[in-house]
Amino acid sequence: MKRDIKLSGVGGQGILTIATVIGEAATAAGLYLKQAEVHGMSQRGGDVQSDLRLGTEPVCSDLIPLGQADLIISMEPMEALRYLPYLAPDGTVVTASRPLVNIPDYPDETALLAELDALPHVVRLDIEAVAREQGLPKSANMILLGMAAPFLSLLRPEQLQEAVGRVFARKGEAVVQANLDAFRLGLSHTYQVSK
Amino acid sequence: MSDKRLLLGDEAVALGALHAGLSGVYAYPGTPSTEITEYIQQSPLARSRGVRSRWCTNEKTAMEAALGMSYAGKRALVCMKHVGMNVCADAFVNAAVTGVKGGLVVLAADDPSMHSSQNEQDSRFYGKFAMIPVFEPSGQQEAYRMMAEAFALSESLRLPVLMRLVTRLAHSRAAVEVGEALPQQPLSPDDERTRWVLLPGNARRQYASLVEKQPEIAALAEDSRFNRLEMPDQVGHDGCRVGQAGVGVIACGIAYNYVRESAPADLPLLKLSHYPLSARQVRELAAACSRILVAEDGQPFVEEQVRALLGADYPVCGRLTGDLPRTGELTPDCVAAALGVASAATFPPAHNLAVRPPQLCQGCGHRDVYAALNRVLEEFPGARVFGDIGCYTLGALPPFRAIDTCVDMGASITMAKGAADAGLRPAIAVIGDSTFTHSGMTGLLDAVNDGSAITVIISDNLTTGMTGGQDSAGTHKYEAICLALGVEREHLHKVIPLPGNIPEITRILREEIAYEGVSVIIPQRECMQTLARRNRQKKGKA
Repeated sequence: MKRDIKLSGVGGQGILTIATVIGEAATAAGLYLKQAEVHGMSQRGGDVQSDLRLGTEPVCSDLIPLGQADLIISMEPMEALRYLPYLAPDGTVVTASRPLVNIPDYPDETALLAELDALPHVVRLDIEAVAREQGLPKSANMILLGMAAPFLSLLRPEQLQEAVGRVFARKGEAVVQANLDAFRLGLSHTYQVSK
Repeated sequence: MSDKRLLLGDEAVALGALHAGLSGVYAYPGTPSTEITEYIQQSPLARSRGVRSRWCTNEKTAMEAALGMSYAGKRALVCMKHVGMNVCADAFVNAAVTGVKGGLVVLAADDPSMHSSQNEQDSRFYGKFAMIPVFEPSGQQEAYRMMAEAFALSESLRLPVLMRLVTRLAHSRAAVEVGEALPQQPLSPDDERTRWVLLPGNARRQYASLVEKQPEIAALAEDSRFNRLEMPDQVGHDGCRVGQAGVGVIACGIAYNYVRESAPADLPLLKLSHYPLSARQVRELAAACSRILVAEDGQPFVEEQVRALLGADYPVCGRLTGDLPRTGELTPDCVAAALGVASAATFPPAHNLAVRPPQLCQGCGHRDVYAALNRVLEEFPGARVFGDIGCYTLGALPPFRAIDTCVDMGASITMAKGAADAGLRPAIAVIGDSTFTHSGMTGLLDAVNDGSAITVIISDNLTTGMTGGQDSAGTHKYEAICLALGVEREHLHKVIPLPGNIPEITRILREEIAYEGVSVIIPQRECMQTLARRNRQKKGKA
């Protein structure tokens, strides 16, 4: 059993924190794991991505081959589309809906979302708006992780929640609680839309 | 009891070195090598052992200091990105001639695909050039294990050992089983002056001794536990496989993982992680196969040697034959394609897609510097701006399009000088604070001595920004350094790059462009990233 996850977003959006939580949960669960990250220049407001590979058997390549990602988790809708050639035929895209426009030639939003929605398995939500409304402005990435949790299959949502607790523990109880609340919001969104 | 930790390749190297009894790490920040030194700087073990870990001014000072520590009998590690090898090459190559006392490991992190670099040079060539052993781990666990072995090998051969990483290993995490920390070595300075004083008479003797060691170095690589010939059922087992196995693969470093990802399990394979190239193992593989594919990240270092070894009649393919791309990092997909295993992209690239290059942060002081510079240079259509290596290189992109060149660390000042010597006016250099102390100061001295008509902007954000905010060697010393190098007081200015100060900055720029000599303007304001980090930490403590 394996789970290949492409994480994407724009530098500074917090995709590496999502990777850290999944990595923590996977390690605690005794799964094999490799996680290729992007550091350095591209973190300055450019596109960033991380390949996270989980398995019950040892993982060979640090990079996910084309057409094999079971899941794309993206903090930004165009950045989700960027990695489509990596998505497996029955793969799922879990993404934030709100475009981050920091380039002059950003595509038409309606066309972009239509292209996303035409994919076989997509869950998307304006996580920044939800985070703001719920008073969790710094936890949008954990809403997204909650949305993706039902698709991780090798890890149960409870295992991820425990990992959220451990990863944020040193920032204090309030931060842990905010991130757990955010996670649960995302999780219930996916349960609702997939009914 | 086994202790497993989730570590980046860089962190595995750092911990491996610490557990090997390291006494000092010497480095200048450079992607993808930076996290090695950062890990050691933050390690409680390193702190309790007093491991020296402060950032160096450049890779050459790092290499020489590490050699000094080795001379004194202790284990030292030097880390850098691949192009840093060019900066320290003088010390590096000669360290193989003097030899070492305490173990000396030189770590070069290559960046094929140039994720954060100006070229794709392959550091393994440097190892061959200096005639020393080279290690190239295939994974995080092996990187950890190799460090202890590299230090031991360095001491037994009395030579530096080069370890080469690539970005995809340096910046990829996996669980690593770690062991116990060895004790550090005591102070025991070498006293063989004839070895260390490279006067021609001594140098000839030392170089001859380096050449004499080559058979031993080669034999150690042939028997290395990091190189492994993996043959299906031992080829020849059923009596008809020898020479019939079709393609065999030589997989170097992390290429091993890409081959194992997609290749059939019975593919004959030589895993290579310790150089020089083991001729015996290459011949064994060649004898069992009818064709060899060389999969290596970077340049065709092994492929060229294998072609020479096996002769023109034996088919060897790889990057030189186009079976693998000539440029860029390997991927599981291009390796699979070279092995004839079809890749499987179901979804074509999306339509609604635009490139999103990195850019200067909002509020960054470099932005105000470029805004002022662009305003002034509208009046000078013939002006050229010579840029340098750092965040401010992003000023080449829209909306600023403010620099005309970016070549190597420090080249802004010296290229501006050369262009000014040729008659170009105005010739302007833009260099960051950390790059200035790395390699800009000597060029500024040349310009002062020649009275070159250049305007130098040292854009000082009080840190090494591009690599994530490491300490910069000359912070709060730039004016003193410029004055000491001979820049005239009246042509040295410090300004604060803020939108409100643009009128002042443009006025100074106009005046100094008109001056037929060296002027230096130092716009100084803290990096937005380090400022935000400091504020977070303050808030966390409050």
